[in-house]
Amino acid sequence: MGKQIYKMTVNGQVKEVMAEPRELLIYVLREKLDLTGPHVGCETSHCGACTVEMNGMSVKSCTVFAAQADGAEITTIEGLGDPDGLHVLQEAFKEHHGLQCGYCTPGMITRAHRLLQENPNPTEVEVRMGIAGNLCRCTGYQNIVKSILAAAAQINAAKEAAE
Amino acid sequence: MNDLTPPTREERSAKLKGLGTSRKRVEDARFTQGKGNYVDDIKLPGMLHGDFVRSPYGHARIKSVNIDAAMALPGVIAVLQAKDLEPLSLHWMPTLAGDKQMVLADGKVLFQGQEVAFVVAEDRYIAADAVELVEVEYEELPVVVDPFKALAPDAPVLREDLEAGADGAHGPRRHHNHIFLWEEGDKAATEQVIDSAEVVAEEMICYQRVHPCPLETCGSVASMDKVNGKLTLYGTFQAPHVVRTVASLLSGIEEHNIRVVSPDIGGGFGNKVGVYPGYVCSIVASIVTGRPVKFIEDRMDNLMTTAFARDYWMKGRISATKDGKITALHAHVTADHGAFDACADPTKFPAGFFHICTGSYDIPVAYCGVDGVYTNKAPGGVAYRCSFRVTEAAYFIERMIEVLAMELNMDAAELRRINFIKKDQFPYHSALGWEYDSGDYHTAWDKALEAVDYAGLRKEQAARVEAFKRGETRKLLGIGLCHFTEIVGAGPVKNCDILGMGMFDSCEIRIHPTGSAIARLGTISQGQGHATTFAQILATEIGIPADSITIEEGDTDTAPYGLGTYGSRSTPVAGAATAMAGRKIRAKAQMIAAYLLEVHDDDVEFDVDRFVVKGAPERFKTMAEIAYASYNQAIPGVEPGLEAVSYYDPPNMTYPFGAYVCVMEIDVDTGTHEVRQFYALDDCGTRINPMVIEGQVHGGLTEALAIAMGQEIAYDEMGNVKTGTLMDFFLPTAVETPHYTTDFTETPSPHHPIGAKGVGESPNVGGVPAFSNAVHDAFRAFGLRQSNMPHDHWRIWKIANDLGLHD
Repeated sequence: MGKQIYKMTVNGQVKEVMAEPRELLIYVLREKLDLTGPHVGCETSHCGACTVEMNGMSVKSCTVFAAQADGAEITTIEGLGDPDGLHVLQEAFKEHHGLQCGYCTPGMITRAHRLLQENPNPTEVEVRMGIAGNLCRCTGYQNIVKSILAAAAQINAAKEAAE
Repeated sequence: MNDLTPPTREERSAKLKGLGTSRKRVEDARFTQGKGNYVDDIKLPGMLHGDFVRSPYGHARIKSVNIDAAMALPGVIAVLQAKDLEPLSLHWMPTLAGDKQMVLADGKVLFQGQEVAFVVAEDRYIAADAVELVEVEYEELPVVVDPFKALAPDAPVLREDLEAGADGAHGPRRHHNHIFLWEEGDKAATEQVIDSAEVVAEEMICYQRVHPCPLETCGSVASMDKVNGKLTLYGTFQAPHVVRTVASLLSGIEEHNIRVVSPDIGGGFGNKVGVYPGYVCSIVASIVTGRPVKFIEDRMDNLMTTAFARDYWMKGRISATKDGKITALHAHVTADHGAFDACADPTKFPAGFFHICTGSYDIPVAYCGVDGVYTNKAPGGVAYRCSFRVTEAAYFIERMIEVLAMELNMDAAELRRINFIKKDQFPYHSALGWEYDSGDYHTAWDKALEAVDYAGLRKEQAARVEAFKRGETRKLLGIGLCHFTEIVGAGPVKNCDILGMGMFDSCEIRIHPTGSAIARLGTISQGQGHATTFAQILATEIGIPADSITIEEGDTDTAPYGLGTYGSRSTPVAGAATAMAGRKIRAKAQMIAAYLLEVHDDDVEFDVDRFVVKGAPERFKTMAEIAYASYNQAIPGVEPGLEAVSYYDPPNMTYPFGAYVCVMEIDVDTGTHEVRQFYALDDCGTRINPMVIEGQVHGGLTEALAIAMGQEIAYDEMGNVKTGTLMDFFLPTAVETPHYTTDFTETPSPHHPIGAKGVGESPNVGGVPAFSNAVHDAFRAFGLRQSNMPHDHWRIWKIANDLGLHD
């Protein structure tokens, strides 16, 4: 299969990559753009370790072809915060022990980020439903849910204060 | 308050963030930013990728292998077969259990997914394409997936490589598919008591084959530097130092020329203890090609070929007096080990610590025997989030107690209470040979039952049964009880080893001149938070803030030798080594402090973060001052620097315990369940970091939920794995997972330097019986005695149907 050039905006930067159409987005991100935050856990869309945002939606990048991502706007965990300014969700996961081995964490936080765009004030049940596509083997989810609810409260409080 | 007010003792202590503090984890900064460094993140210049051709059959002879088409594909560098590894004697490898295992199929395959050939290519896509191009011709052989059928006289011979009639690693083999019979206890005395007992309960209890399934699969990157003769091996290793020794023994490369690195590990749960063909093939491929070679399992590889757990068929007989005092326990296990005996157990214990199966109870006489059997299934037999075979033992006794309670027509909580080992019986010598170090079961049990209002729950349950019989509801209420005793922290070198390596562990500490420190350990975290909690142990021991202590593990070039992290051994063994090394630092610091304060060594004492002159606390030297002095002053009779190392050989195991209650609603018509309440009381001795402990309990309970309610590695009669992807293999999401309430009592271990016992695996050991007992308990009023896990919707519906509840 011939290689083609695909152009995508990744974490705010325009990137051009040479890839076969069949190459998966997770492969392009990890191997060609050195964004190793998203992980591979199952390759069948079940575990969500590879979750990124594509055009304002959470997608499992292990089952999106590079060709499908041509022209897309993509955000990975690396685009959410940096050492000088962590995202509220990153801080909340640290504060509430929302992670252990860390393997699901980039996908989980990226998913939570989108969830809070979709529903800025979710209930516990809505958070649990909202992250049902992201598996974690370590935490039992209780502290992940707590982290996301705490982040939502903090974001909402900051919004209110600004208004 | 002015700034010159010296901090109080409490303030100084709080600044250390030592034992008992819910210190936030230092690992989290990198993980939350996607900056972890897992094995698949490693990229080396010129790196190649390996992938396996795997057997589609459960049992077959290999007639021919044709690699021409694969080799012709651009980008393919090599295709390795058994015959290529044979000159190096690497086509087979020793297992942890004293057996041997094919690295690549040598003439036949014995389980579906078995490694047949290893393709090495420029990238993963080319490797995967080439795997498809390798042509293998098989001749199918009869398949045996049932361990009982495997022992039939006319069963097919699975292991043709083993000499007929010859002993195995653990004694005589009585059949060509038999591996060992391992026994403990007094069989004749046990049978005599049971035969003449007032009440006897008998049951066959199956603990199904499952898989640890960490979110990160197994993998390795081998890099042979031919210029310097050094092999570097990165990988998902729960025991990196043992891997180095094994790699040296197998490859003939001297051990100092091998560096093994476990980078961040995305969960282990036992899956990453063993040595797998992929690791060996990546090493050989790197040696052959002179380039780094990466091998990463995909999820199907992981579920189908590495590290199953359980698969124990446990036949139990338990006897008691009419008023419920247990008099004897008899256990016989038929253990399905798959095609090769690759169980990860200490050498002398082919059935692990299954003989902890008398549980929390004072049982005067007992016997257990375990028969290991070969079948056409994947090898493994790892301790999936438990100490060796302890989950099986806990499930067995906690089910037998429930069955006995039915036989006695007695409340199961009360039956437990009257048989618990009493507080004043510790140290307690069990009938199967263990010395339980400490415990206070009655206090924990009473606290648990009160917390859930046990009496109230039983009343509600009785009313529910009546309402069900009247047709007013289709839901039943189950109250799942469990009191478990674990045995962890393997273990004393006198009886615990892995491949001859004694199961000690180690810690090496260096204090820097400005009063911060680095400590290196022989263990390796896979999410447990060692970098956080081991620094806390040290902070309390040496008076340097945990935030000023770096913890490093997993690089065999820098860390002291240790046996690794599994079986909840890190805190009991490496945690003890950490405390002991800290005490050596403190002893030297005392001499330095005394010199600086111009008093005798015995006239100073340790006080949180300093040494003070006895009776004159205003005269002191802080640990930072002492550290500096150790590097810049000539102190008579004392070597410069401040370092220590400790290799700790534990005198005994530790025995964490806990009391769990699960309250479950069951829909009789759909077989669905809802966990209404789960209360978990754990006693892990001294608590290092309560936040981390709670996190460990949540996670372990969720893995227990998975096992009890849905998880199974299932085979059909042809030897096909029916649950090879996450579509079929159950991992709970946030929706199925209930909310947990955690609680604790604190009974320190008397022989551990800080009294800690380990906790990571307790919730899995105790959780599985609690969930399963809840299902059984819901149907107890209708006569259900035993129904095997997993209790998925279909099986629960089937229980109700078999009991006539749908009529």
